[in-house]
Parts: sequence; C-alpha cells; structure tokens
Amino acid sequence: MNIVLIGINHRTAPVEIRERLSISDDKMGEALCALTADPCIEEGLILSTCNRVEVCAVVKETHKGFQAVKQFFARSHPDIAFETLDPCFYMYASSNAIRHLFRVASSLDSMIIGEPQILGQIKEAFDHAVLHKTTGLVLTKALKKAISVAKRIRTETKIAQNAVSISYAAVELAKKIFGRLDKKSALLIGAGEMAELAARHFVNSGVESIAIANRSYDRALELAKTFKGIPIKFEDYASEMIKSDIVLCSAGAPHYLIKPEEVAKAIALRQNRPIFFIDISVPRNIDPKINDLDNVFLYDIDDLQVAVETNLESRKKEALKAEDIISEEIEQFARWFKSLDAVPMIIAIKDRAERIRLAELGKITSKLGELSPAQLQALEGLTASIVNKLLHKPLTVLKAEVHSTNGNMILEATRKLFDLKEELSPAKEEEKNP
Amino acid sequence: MLNIFFFKATLIFYFLGTLFFLLILSWDQRQGTGAPSWTQRLAVIVTGSGFLSHTVALAIRLKESGYVPLANLQEAVSFFSWAIVLIFFWVEFKYHIYILGSFILPLAFLSLISASALPNKIPDLNPTLVNTLLGIHTTLSVLGIVAFTLAFIAGIMYLLQEKFLKSKQLNTLYQRLPPLDQLDQWNKTAILLGFPLLTLGIITGALWAQYALGSYWGGNNSKQALSLGIWFFYLLVLHGRITIGWRATKAARLAIIGFVGVIFIFVTLA
Repeated sequence: MNIVLIGINHRTAPVEIRERLSISDDKMGEALCALTADPCIEEGLILSTCNRVEVCAVVKETHKGFQAVKQFFARSHPDIAFETLDPCFYMYASSNAIRHLFRVASSLDSMIIGEPQILGQIKEAFDHAVLHKTTGLVLTKALKKAISVAKRIRTETKIAQNAVSISYAAVELAKKIFGRLDKKSALLIGAGEMAELAARHFVNSGVESIAIANRSYDRALELAKTFKGIPIKFEDYASEMIKSDIVLCSAGAPHYLIKPEEVAKAIALRQNRPIFFIDISVPRNIDPKINDLDNVFLYDIDDLQVAVETNLESRKKEALKAEDIISEEIEQFARWFKSLDAVPMIIAIKDRAERIRLAELGKITSKLGELSPAQLQALEGLTASIVNKLLHKPLTVLKAEVHSTNGNMILEATRKLFDLKEELSPAKEEEKNP
Repeated sequence: MLNIFFFKATLIFYFLGTLFFLLILSWDQRQGTGAPSWTQRLAVIVTGSGFLSHTVALAIRLKESGYVPLANLQEAVSFFSWAIVLIFFWVEFKYHIYILGSFILPLAFLSLISASALPNKIPDLNPTLVNTLLGIHTTLSVLGIVAFTLAFIAGIMYLLQEKFLKSKQLNTLYQRLPPLDQLDQWNKTAILLGFPLLTLGIITGALWAQYALGSYWGGNNSKQALSLGIWFFYLLVLHGRITIGWRATKAARLAIIGFVGVIFIFVTLA
C-alpha cells in the first residue's frame, strides 16, 4: 500500500491542456467512481481547479497505481493524445506525495504563493470524495492533516500577507491602464466564486459601478445586492460592454463567448475608450485575438501569473519557513502511515510474542529445577504452539484483509489493540519509494 | 563671451544627462530589478547642473542684447531646449516621474547641439514695435512647439506602455511609466495648450510680416505654408478627439505624426 499523487498544474501544462482536463463539479462524482473502479486503487480524491488537476490515491502497489491513475486520465480524455499528456504529469509517491499535498493545501505550489482560494478548493474536493465514499482512513487523515498544516502555516508565517492574488494582479493592471478606478465601471460575466472575489477587489479599489450578467438571474441578483451592482440579463453582456471599462469573464462556457467583432464594435461605440478584459475562465471564454485590437487589453489566467511574479519575491522567503513546518508535519504523518503497513506490523507482533514466550519459559524452567532435554523440548513445543495458534488467525486475516477496502482500518485497529507504537518507531522504518 | 562658455558647459551636462537617462531606459527595459538608484540620482544631478548653466547662459545673453533673446533661430532652439528641461523638473518634482527624463533629455541635447551648429550672431535689432512683435511671435511659437513636443513624448510613452501591457512584459520600465489614461490626458492637455499658442504665433508672425516686409504672406513661404498645414492638422486632431473619439492609441500616433511636421518647420528655417 502506498499513497501516490499524479497531476498537472500551471507549471507543467499550458492552459489549453488544463482546460480540457479540468473536471466540473457536476461531473466530479462520475470521475471519482471511474477512478476508484480500478482494483489497484483503494482510495481516491480529485482536485480540479483552474491551475491544476490532481489525483491523490491510496494504491496497492506504487507502480501499478501510477499506471492506473494515468490510465484513468487517458480513458476520460480520449480526445487528447496520450503522448501530449504524458510529459505534463508529475508523479509522487509516499512522503513525496504527502509533501506535495501539504504544499498545495498551504498554497506553496500555487501560481501565487499564499493565495487563499486553494484551501477552500481542497476542502471542496475532499467533500466530494467523502460524499461519493471514495476516501478511506488514509486519505481522510491525509486531507485533514493537509488542511490543519495549511492553517498552521497561514498563522505562523507571513505567507498570506500583502494580499497577492490573481484578482489583485488584475486590479494592479487596471490601475496601469486607467490610473484611478473611481469613475470606472466593471462588468462581470458569470458569477462564480472567483468572479465574486475579483469583483470585491475591484469594488474595494473604488470601481464606481458594477454590472453582473449571469446565466442564473437569481445569482446575478444576489451578487448585485452584495456589491450594490446592477443585475443584467446574460444575453445583454455584449451591449453592456459598451458601458464597461473592465470586463471580468468567468462564465464557464465551453467555447469563446466574446469575439473580436463584438469587441471592435464596442470600442468604436465607446469612441476608443479602452476596455480591460480579464478572462479567468478555464476553458477560456474570450477569444485571445481581441488583444490585437487597438485599445483592448486582454489578460487570461496565464498572463496574470506573469503579472504577479514580481510581487512574489517577498513571499518566497516566507515560503522557506513554511517548508520547514511541512517537513516537520510530514515526519509525523509518515510515521503514522508507515505503521499501517502489514509486514512490519506482523514482524512486530511475532517479535513481541516470541519475547514474551522466551521470558515466561525462562521463569518456569528456573522454578521447575532440573529438567531432561526431552521435557525441555516438550515445554518449548507447547509454548511455541500456543503462541502460534493464538496468532495464526489474526495474522492471516491481517495479511489477507490489508488489501481489502477496509484494510487500513484493520491495520489501524491492530496497531491500537497490540499497542505497537514502540515497535513501529521511525528508526526501524525504511523509506518507501516508488 | 561668457555665455558661450556656459552654453558649452550645458552641452556637456546635457550629453551626460542623456547618456545616464538612456542607460536607465535600457536597464529598465530588461526583466529584473531595473536601473540602480545611483544612476537615477546622477542623471538628475547632471541634468540639474546643465539646466542651471543653461539658465545662466540665457541670462547673460539677455543682458548683453537687452531684449528677450529670441531673435534668431539659434536662440529659439536654445530656448526650446531650456523650456523642455524646465518641464522635466516640474513633472519630476510634482509627480516623481523621472523616467520622463529618458525621453526629454535626448531631445534637449539634440536641439542644443543643432543650435550650436547654427550661426550665432546677435542681430542688430532695435526694440521697436516690429522687433517686439517678432519677439512675441517667436516666443509664442516656441512655447507652442514645446507643448506639441510634450504631446509627442506622451504619445511615445503611451505606445511603449501600451506595448508592454499588450505583450504582457511587465518590466521595470512598465512599473515606472505612468498609467495609459494619464498619458492620454497629458497628450490632450498639451495639444489643447499648444494649439492656441500656435494660432497666436501664426497671427503675430503674419502681423510682423505685414509691418516688416509689407505683406502677410511673404519671405520664407514654405515655412508659412507648413505652419498653416500643421495648424490645420492639430485643429483636425482636436476636432477628432472631441467629436469622434480620436483618443488613446490613435491620439498617441497623431501626436507623433504632428511632431514630425513640427521638426520640418525647424528644418525649413535652417
């Protein structure tokens, strides 16, 4: 048994691949079931955000597990050639996988170090997995630990200070285009969480009015209330563009919503007043060609990455402290995780039984006085057979059940019943590597 | 000739200022930390020294000739150079946009060096009505040209900043250049100021021609035609901005085109 983590993120794959691999909320259940259908995979969790698609799984065998997860990706995306997908993957096993998970949750692996959204996304991914019963003992513990580590890092380091996020980067860019934002108006297309967050940044920076277009009008209405904005019909977004200086798109449409012709028309009607488009949807909803038009500035999620890199330097220093915290926490977790493995556990139980047997045998032979070699042999045989018969059933069940669905629970229970903390101390463990 | 000594000193200072400011410009354009702060300080100090010595040179000249020293082309060009450096300092102190120096200093140096190549003879003019008119005409025209030069620089900075924003090269220069909207405002304000100055300059020029040469339209004809053409061009630019929205990128490009025409006036005069 081992923990593996396979995925792609903004560093290994371009947005073109990420947007195709991303799994929407409504399809998450299906995907989780498909993932755990493989006999090699015992527990599974899928994290799908704009910047990453990752599978964290507990597998019977590391190598087979890697293959199984890769096959899951290949099967669910037959439209992408595996040759293009394969080099984008990163793969981690055991403590490296845990480290990656902790780093992701603590936002050390994020595009913007210290950004707060990822933790919420991890919680969501975990909720999905719990709902579809694809998590077990190991992943539950790992995820809970990841969340607590992330919180610890947030409070103990300055990693989340000087709020830098994609939305903040967008506001900074808007200021470089418009100077002051207090007489500017923004248009929100799509009212997801990301859009809401970005809108909040813009409102806090002084944007005067904000129009909200969303497929669900009720949600637009709701958001309009929070921002004192104007809800508009989703179909009206193109005409609203004429009045808007900033267009924030996160509509989640499967194709381009905003096309060069519409934008050119809007700019002409605006008498060449610039428009700043921010496309935070994956897949992208704004045709990248509009950036070639005069007075149009388009930034997609990848571009914003470049924009914030300069601000990241100070956070990188804090990240070093965070890495230390993670190393510390990993040690604890790894100790627990390795104690779950059946083989060292069986050896430990046998060792202990043998020690007890020899000690008791020693006591009784000294009390009985002189014994013939035949008698001694008989005593030896008796004690050994009692110990073996007592242990035989539990140990065979342990061996057999360790790879079953509730194997980890049995291991955990065994560890507790026999109180094996001492025997399974980290000094005796070897590093598990793929 | 003390003023010539100061004039030459100014040339050297402006040359060094240009060198430092261009160095800063090329440093800032690369990714990374940009120009170190000592170059900035040095550039401003050298330029400041140049400006002081230029002011002294102009003051001596004023004292020697006894009238506003704008009677010949060399003086006009020298005054132009002085005025744009003055504006650099004003912007630097008010808005702290010292990167403007990287655009103004090369122009100041080039105009000063071309001025030094021009004949430097103080014409024997009496402070009569005709000559006062000539002085007013030249002053207004030069101030108008200064305004158009600023519109040109705002235009260049606009196109640069636009290029950085569009190509997503967010380097140090991008950080130092002002927001696009501000540059567009500068462009607009400069042309709005420059246009009436040019208008008055042309009118006083025509009046002077009437008195001195006996005809509104005479003497250097190509210059007058060109001035009129440029006047129409800027009229069109202003009209376009107000009515059909020639702003932002278009306004920046137009300001650059207009400035090329302005340079031609100098060329025809020389």
